Order: sequence, then C-alpha cells, then structure tokens
Amino acid sequence: MSKIEYTSLEGKSPAYFGFLGALAFVILLALGAVFYMEHEGHHVTGMNNQIVWGMPHVFAIFLIVAASGALNVASIASVFRKKLYEPMARLSALLAIALLTGGLVVLLLDLGRPDRLIVAMTYYNFKSIFAWNIILYTGFFGFVGAYLWTMMDHNVYKYKPYAGFAAFVWRLILTTGTGSIFGFLVARSAYDAALMAPMFIVMSFSFGLAIFLLVLMATYKWNNMELGDVVLNRLRNLLGVFVAGVLYFTAVYHLTNLYATQHHGVEKFLLLEGGVFTNIFWIGEILLGGIIPLILIYAPGVKNCRTTLGLICTLIIFGGFAKIYTILIAGQAYPLEIFPGYEVSSSFYDGVVNSYTPSLPEIMLGLGGIAMTLFIVAFALKVLRFLPVSLADSVADPHHAK
Amino acid sequence: MTRFLRQTAVMVYALVGFSLLSASTLVGTAHAGTPFPDIHEPTDKSVKCIQPEDVMRREHMNYILHERDETMREGIRGEPESLANCINCHVEPDENGEIAGIETDQHFCSACHEYTAVQIDCFQCHADRPQKYIKRNSHTSSLRQQLQQTLAASNAADKGVKQ
Amino acid sequence: MKKTENKTINNSRRDFLSKAAVAGTITIAPGVLLHSTSAHAIDGDATDLNTSVSTRPLDQEVSSKNRWGMLIDTTKCATGCTDCVDACNEENGLIGHNRPETDAQYIRKVTLKSKSTGHELSLPLMCQHCETAPCADVCPTGASFVRADGIALVDKHICIGCRYCMMACPYKARSFVHEDVKNQKLSAPRGKGTVEACTMCVTRVDNGGIPACVEACTAENHNAMIFGDLKDPNSPISIELKKHGGKQLRSDLALNTGVRYQGMNE
Repeated sequence: MSKIEYTSLEGKSPAYFGFLGALAFVILLALGAVFYMEHEGHHVTGMNNQIVWGMPHVFAIFLIVAASGALNVASIASVFRKKLYEPMARLSALLAIALLTGGLVVLLLDLGRPDRLIVAMTYYNFKSIFAWNIILYTGFFGFVGAYLWTMMDHNVYKYKPYAGFAAFVWRLILTTGTGSIFGFLVARSAYDAALMAPMFIVMSFSFGLAIFLLVLMATYKWNNMELGDVVLNRLRNLLGVFVAGVLYFTAVYHLTNLYATQHHGVEKFLLLEGGVFTNIFWIGEILLGGIIPLILIYAPGVKNCRTTLGLICTLIIFGGFAKIYTILIAGQAYPLEIFPGYEVSSSFYDGVVNSYTPSLPEIMLGLGGIAMTLFIVAFALKVLRFLPVSLADSVADPHHAK
Repeated sequence: MTRFLRQTAVMVYALVGFSLLSASTLVGTAHAGTPFPDIHEPTDKSVKCIQPEDVMRREHMNYILHERDETMREGIRGEPESLANCINCHVEPDENGEIAGIETDQHFCSACHEYTAVQIDCFQCHADRPQKYIKRNSHTSSLRQQLQQTLAASNAADKGVKQ
Repeated sequence: MKKTENKTINNSRRDFLSKAAVAGTITIAPGVLLHSTSAHAIDGDATDLNTSVSTRPLDQEVSSKNRWGMLIDTTKCATGCTDCVDACNEENGLIGHNRPETDAQYIRKVTLKSKSTGHELSLPLMCQHCETAPCADVCPTGASFVRADGIALVDKHICIGCRYCMMACPYKARSFVHEDVKNQKLSAPRGKGTVEACTMCVTRVDNGGIPACVEACTAENHNAMIFGDLKDPNSPISIELKKHGGKQLRSDLALNTGVRYQGMNE
C-alpha cells in the first residue's frame, strides 16, 4: 500500500483570514453575552426556576455528544482496521477535540459561578455523574490527544493501535456518562431511563459523522483538494445506518413509556399535547432530522450529489438540536409528579406545563461554542498536517482504480 | 422583538465597556506608586481584636475558612473567628451616617484587598455591614403580594380565601 | 499560647449560650401553651408539640444521634393561608422582584384536588430533607450535602451554580439566585449564581429553636406543623408519627424524607 501524504493548509488567503475573523467576531459576541448574563444574573436569560437548563445546555450537550461521534472515522480505521478510513483519522480526532472544547466552554460559561472553575476542579463528589463527566472529559482530551500524537509522530507510530483502541473505549464511556446525566435522574418522568446511555451513543455516531462530513467536504472544496465519491458514499451509507439507529432508539424509548400507565401523562405531553414541543419532536426531530435524511441517503437519483449530501448532514444536525431540545427542555417543561392522582396548583408553577423562551444571550453563547470549535479546526489545519493531500478515488481505494 | 433589540444593545454596551475597562487597567498599571490603602480603625478602642494586628493580617483568611467549614458542615457555632465578628467591629458609618459598601475602596475589607489585588469571595452572599445598619421595612411585601395574587388566582373558585 | 486562652474563654461563653438557649425554650413553652388547642394534646401530656429541640452544646459537632424532621397535618392547613410562607420569607430575607418565574421560594403552599374523589386539601411544600438526597448525590462538588442530623443544605462557598441538583430534586424544592443580593440576613447568607433551598432554619435549630414556619403556624394557632427529633422515641413528633403515621411524598423513591404529611387520604 502506498504511503499517505499529508499536508497543512497554506492559510494565507484573505478568505481564510476572513473566515477566522468572522469566527472570532462570533466568539467575541458570545463573550459579551456571557459578561452580560453573569453581571446581571440569570434572570436576563429565558432560564428560570422551572426550566433550569436552557439553550446553552442544548448547544453544549449537542457539541459534547457530537465530539464523541466525530471520532468515528478514526475508530473505524484503527480499531476495525478499515483502510479506507485511515487517511481521515487525523481530521476525525482533531474535530473530536475541537467539538468537546466548544461544548465545555459553553457549559462552563453558563455556570452560576464560572469564576469558581477551580472549585469544580478541586472538590469532587464521586457519587455525582457530573463529577464523573469532568474526569471523562479530561480523559477524552488525554486519550485522543495521545492518539493524535501516535498518528503524527513516527517515533511513537507503533503505539497507534493501542492509543486508538483506548480512545475508542473511552469515547463510549464518555457518551454513556453524558446520557446518564439524564438517565439517572429519578425525579423527572421524561428521564430516569437506562436507555438514555445507548441512545446518546447512537446519537453521537449520527451527529458526529454528519459534522465530520460537512467539515471534510467544506475543507476540500474551499482548498481545491480532491475528494472522491468512494469515500463519501461509504460515509453516507454509514450515516444512514446511524440515522436509522437513532430513530430506532427513539421509538423504543417512547414505546416503553407508552406501555406503562404511569408514564402516559408525559407521553401524551411529548407526542400529542405539548404544543411547540410536540411540533419540534415530530417535525424537527423525526421528520426533518430522521425520515427525510434517511430517504435522501438511500434515494438512487442523488447518489453522487454533494449538495444533497450537504443538505442531509445539515438536516441531521438540525434534527440533532431538535432531539436534544426535546429531551432537555420538554423534559423539564413537563411538571414534576409529586402528587400522583391529584390536580395541583401553587405559586411555584406546580402542576403546570412550564414555558421557555430562549433569550438572545443564551443563543449567542451557544453559537460562540460552535465558532470556537470551527476556529480551533481551521487554525489547527494550518499549523499541523492533518489533511491527506488527496482523497481521490484512486488514493482512497486502490482497488477502485483497477 | 423589542426585547431582542434591547438585549443586543446591552450586550454591545457590555462588550465595549469590557474592552474599555481592560484598556484602562492596562494604562492604569503604567503609573507607579499606588497610594497606601486607607484602613478603617474601629472607633471603640475598648474592644480588642481576637489576635494582634500582625497575626490577623497574615492569618485572618485561615481563621475565617476554618470557622466557615466547621459551621457549615458540623454546626459548630459561636466561635470568635467569624466573618460577622470582623464586620461588626470594622464596618461603621462615617460622620454622615453613610456606610461605604464593599464595592468602594473605603470598606475595611476592600481597602486592603484592592490594594493587594486579591479577590474576596465573601460578600456575594454575606452582608458587607453589621445587621444593625440594615433597614428592613416591609421587605417581603412584594413577594408576599405576588404570592397571594397567584394563590388567589389559582384558588379563585375557593371560598374564604384569607387575605 | 494566646490562641488557647481564647478557646477557654470562648468555651465558657458557649456553655452559657447553650444553657441560655435551653432556658429560653422552657420559658417560651408556656406562652405557646396558651395558643395550643386541646385537640393537640397527646394523652393529656405536654401540650406543646414542638418541645423537642436541640440541646447540643454549640462547640460540639452535630451527630446522627438526632434527625430533625417535620410533621404536617394537612387537615389543619387552610387553603389560602400563607403564614408559614411569610415567616420563611421574613426569616431568610427573601425579596421578590416581581418575576415569579425566577424569584426564590423556599416554602410554598400547594392546593390539591383528588382526581378520583374530588377531595381538596392544602399543604406547605419545601425541601423534604431526604436521608439519601438526590441533590447531594448529583452535586459535582459536594456543595449539596445532608448534615449528620438530617438537614439538607447547600454549601454556597463551593456551589458552582450548575443547577444539576434542581434537575434531580423530586420536589422542586430548590431555587437559583438569579440576581445580585445585598444586605442579607446574618443567618441566611445568599448570593447570585448559587442554588438555595429551605435550611430547616438551621441556625435556629442549632441554637435550640424551631423553624420559622413551624413557629408561625403554631403562633397563629393553626398547629398544622410539628418540628422535632425523629430519632427520639419520646419526642412529640415521634409519638404522633407512631400513633397516626405520616406519608412521605414520592415514597416510591425510598428517600426517607425528614418531612412527613398526615391527612392525605385520597
């Protein structure tokens, strides 16, 4: 097999600096939003004592879940020894680190006391899933970082299979941890399901690969580098499996709840009577984020169409946001069932469906996280050799040429 | 939509303010010789501090921290090394009856802490002045009113609602 | 050393304080007695149901020998009455900002109507002071914790404001401080960006007192709330619980709550 040749971006064009500048501007706006929220207090956001986690958490959890999934391509290459994916492993690992950074920054900056980061790092309650997650995130940076090192440094190249395997196992644990943030919450009807952990893992596969594909296509297109259909079609088929997997887990989650009388209330709310939440579920999550991408992926007429693939990925990302919004916000909007069998009313919104209107600073903070991710990727691509010089069909799959 | 615009405006202001602030700090540090802080001495000389001045200067944070954890976690109370005791002696009104708050550099704590550039993490939760100087007239009325309004609304059908 | 001298002086002062506290409760008792109705008498014994209070010297740490709890008789709790809520707001210096969605409420009145029988009742709902509290389980820094004597608290010194405890609490008992706070009460420090909830008036309890809500309910002659030591079999709360029982909210979660309710027969 021929050796893969890697390159870095020249990164001197006005377009490149314009792109970095635009991202930096978004990041600055996000910092302004954080300063405003932290100075005024959280009452200026849409979050309150009912909806305690809002838009920043939707963005943060999406990015963290996607981070684990972005490592897919690298894992398939090193753990499952698929040669086709090998050249893209570096980019895959880079994107994973960048996405996790973006997500964590958003999560951190929304804290009531972000100035107490040092407290979060020094006081640990080992029964807390959040505390486990802090360790899991740190470990992810360590493992994926080490994996990248073994890929890029010939002196430690021989350790690559081990590093790749460790990173693969760790990302599975990481997403189990992320899903368990909700899965272990016994208090709320919409959570408290062990299924959350595997569902989050499949979600990570799907969202992470969609983002990877978009970044891959954009990078190769903007830099006039060759990217063949073989690679894209393989990834596209894989994406189809993942999207179907997410739909499957969603179906099982709701069917389980529908079978138990105890959960009929929350299911009725999520699936039928939840107003905007129901719409986001059916239209955003299921239709736009699941069924339409699935049809487009397997539709024969648009097999090699890059625009369609871009649209598919965008829809999956959009649907991913819708899914996390439904889990997070709708799950909180449904009232706690403290008094089963009673109609409840109080001055503290007991027994009523809570409303949530995301505020601009919250959304700005979330967008800042995305900008941060892209900034890291764009900058890293310039300073180190992450990209294969060509991903043309003849390079990606030697048998194809024959 | 107006909320949207208002928030955009405030965020832009915040951003500009933040940049100006950082810039002014940079310029400010260029000047040499910050004046020594003006530390308020308690007027009542008959009351002695729990430790000599030099010990307090070096150790006060350890005393407070120790007391904090014992009180918070173990319910041990009445130790003399408490933040409230510091405040009770050292924060007093001036000739005009005004108390310099923690946000000024006249407050006993902030005078030194600003001078040494050490952030205090006490007064976001604790009062910066003795309780006797805090006026509390009808301070819960607003919440009470609001509670009763909500209650009245939710129990509109109920008879005999107590006002 | 100077430090030790201070300690000894201080000890005698503490002894005095704790004795004074005990004496205080004894003298308070007859006053309360005047308000008590005969309906509350337990076998003709002490008529004040809140006589079980802390006698721990303040220089000794709290222990699991005590478990502070409350018993609420919903049949005596009037719909629309907010005496306990007012007392709580007063005690903790809670000020509303006309933003009911973000304003803190440590205790709230809940009106219930049975879906099957139509039976209506009213009750105060606050932190249930669980033995195995979900808030303490999920807190990443350990800021949420349950004291040895069963009082669930937030250590605001190490709370980072992540609000995971608010997600985990089955009773919606916690509030997040959404704005700057100034001039806090000495016994109720609270500040922007941290989570807070009912403390069972921990400072009062440590000093041998009873929570403000219970005090108000008793003083206003409603007598719907009893405070006391659940681990002392002779405390009025334990005797009453043994006699008539008491319901835990969300008992399916097996959290062993410190607050119990009576009269909730659907």
